[in-house]
This record gives sequence, structure tokens and C-alpha cells, in this order.
Amino acid sequence: MAELNTGDGGGKDGGKVRSKKQNSKVDLTAMVDLAFLLITFFMLTTSLSKPQAMNLGLPDKDEDTTKNDIIKVDERRTLTIVLGENNQIQWFHGLLATPIAGPKAAEYGKNGLRKQVLKLVNEVPQLTGDPKKGLIVIIKPTKKSTYRNLVDILDEMAISNVETYAIVNDITPEELKLVQPKP
Amino acid sequence: MAKVKMSKNAASIDMTAMCDVAFLLLTFFILTATAKVPEPITVDTPSSTNKDKLPTDKLVIVTVGSGEKNVFFDLKGREIRKRTLELMGDKYKIAFTEDEKNQFALMEGFGVPIEGLSQLLKLSSADRNKEGTQEGIPFDSINNQLKDWIYTARQANIEINPDEELKFALKGDAKLQYPKIKKIMDIYQDQKINTFDLVTGLRGKDY
Repeated sequence: MAELNTGDGGGKDGGKVRSKKQNSKVDLTAMVDLAFLLITFFMLTTSLSKPQAMNLGLPDKDEDTTKNDIIKVDERRTLTIVLGENNQIQWFHGLLATPIAGPKAAEYGKNGLRKQVLKLVNEVPQLTGDPKKGLIVIIKPTKKSTYRNLVDILDEMAISNVETYAIVNDITPEELKLVQPKP
Repeated sequence: MAKVKMSKNAASIDMTAMCDVAFLLLTFFILTATAKVPEPITVDTPSSTNKDKLPTDKLVIVTVGSGEKNVFFDLKGREIRKRTLELMGDKYKIAFTEDEKNQFALMEGFGVPIEGLSQLLKLSSADRNKEGTQEGIPFDSINNQLKDWIYTARQANIEINPDEELKFALKGDAKLQYPKIKKIMDIYQDQKINTFDLVTGLRGKDY
């Protein structure tokens, strides 16, 4: 027992200090409370500190190009996003030569690209008349774009519930011109 | 008088044991929470709103730092690590001692060419993780050791856990330019690994 026997020697006979017994015990309740509070805190933070993982599925790389069938897609369904340097984005709806909307610059985040993507997510099934034929987003990261840009866009797709999106690496010179700084 | 005394005895419970247990647990949690695995490279991962957690076992993590050649390889799971080192040793004709294999199984991620691995294993954990000690694993077309590490890790996993697939993750610095990340993605994809995790931090709610 952890009893703190405070000064009981003062001249009296040993063992007969009943009146002093009340003071000899330390109240541990507060200490225990604090300890459990800290335990709870540490338990919660340990499990929370694990890093997040964003799952990314890429299409199979088929070396045999003769087997690659070209799938024709309605141009009204495609939104192309070109990621440039210094966090710029250029987007256009449809084909670049005959765009339905854009090309326009946008910013990352909820006040930038999100509005456009969400608008198209709602509009495209109405345009095609088939709820299964939703928006297709083509993400084109240029060589100057950063990894953060790519993750931000992929995150944007998850937030806006875009089911079909692809990272495309061949960028036409016209598209590259969009994100190049104007001299 | 007797009644008063009885109630007085029952009123105070002995908290000592409870206090002991509480502090024991507290010590345990403090130690486990702060004993973070030291990493040979610190990367500032981009953030996402994703809430899925990274798996902790049977996982290959390729970490790409912001430097020129900083590519590190990490494999979770001791058994697999040991077997992977044996297979890599066979492939590159480098013999590793039993001690080195055990040391390797307990080690964190590393980033040296396989020729320099025994040298690295001799160092203490603190020395290993000093900046500049590990220059990265070669992954160019002439000497693609990273590819071999991934390949042998998969082989080792099949031998040890035939029914469980190895998982893959890519941890990149947010400021990295896209072509460098693309190179690592290509190394994965060349081995028909088309699904992998991108390691991210948690983003604030207001995004």
C-alpha cells in the first residue's frame, strides 16, 4: 500500500497515532483520471498517424500495338485537362480544334476546376441521353507538371465522382502550347 | 460511534494498483507512438481527401525523393525480406551471411546499389539514416536494380504466401516533376503491376 506516513515520530508511542491516519493517504483519483485520459489520447493518435493510400488502377500496357482496338468515343463526353507548370490548368470540353467549351485556364480546388467538372458530370448524361454514358476525363500531365498536381486532379475525380478518367501521356503540340507561358 | 467508523473505512478505495496499471499502459502507448521507424529519406507527400489506410504487411513501397537519383525501396514483412535478399544475392552473385540477412530483415527501407548493401548493413541504424549515406537504387535501362528488387520480392512472396498477393505503393515527393514519377510507374507497369497505391497525407476538410 502506498501510504505516505508523514511525520509520526513526534514523541508519542509508535503505532498509536490514529488521529493522523486520515492525512497519511494520498488521494490518487485525480492522478488515475489524468493517466487514463492520456492513455486514450495516445491510443487514438497512434492509429491515426498511419499514412493514407490512394488506389490507382492503370490500364494494361499492351506492347502489341496491332491488338489495340481504337474505341471511338462521343466527343461531347470528353473533358481534357492539361496540367502545366506552376500549377496551371487548361481544360477544354470536346476536341481542341472544335471545342464545345474552353480552352480555359482554371485553378485547383473547390472554386476552380471543381465547378466545371461537377457541371459536366451532371450535363453529360443528359446530352448523351444515357445515364451510363457519363463524363470521360482525360488527364494530360505535361513534363513540367508536378506529382502534387497529378494527385490533386486524381483527388478531384474522386470528389466529383467521375467514374471514367485516364492519364494520357501523349500530348499534341497544340495542347502543349496552351500551357506554355506566353512570351 | 461504531457506525461512523465503518462507513469511513469503505469510503476510500485503494487506487494504487489502478494507478500503476494506468501508468504502465500510458508508458507503453507513449513509447509505441513515438518510436517511429526512422526513414532514410523524408518526403513531403501530397495530400488527398482519401481516407483509406496504407496496408502494413506484404507491401512494397518505392519512395522517390526530390533529389536527382533518390529512389528507395522498402518491403514490409520479415520473412519475405529475408528470402528476397537471398534471391537477389543469387541473381547478382553476391553472398550474404546469415547475420546480414537477419539484419536486413529488421532494417527499414534502403537506397543503395546491391553492391554496397553489405557495407550499409554494417552501419548502425542512426548512421544509416544520415543524409547522404544512401544515394539511391539505380533504375536506368542499363542497370535496373529497382526492377529486380520488385521482381524478386514478388517471387519471395509467392514462395512464402502462395495465396496472398503482394501489394505495391508509390511514395513520391509532392514537388517532383511528373516524368520522374512516370518512370517508376512504368517500372511497375512493365511487370504488369497495374494497380498500386499512391501514399498521401490527409487533407483538411475544406478543399
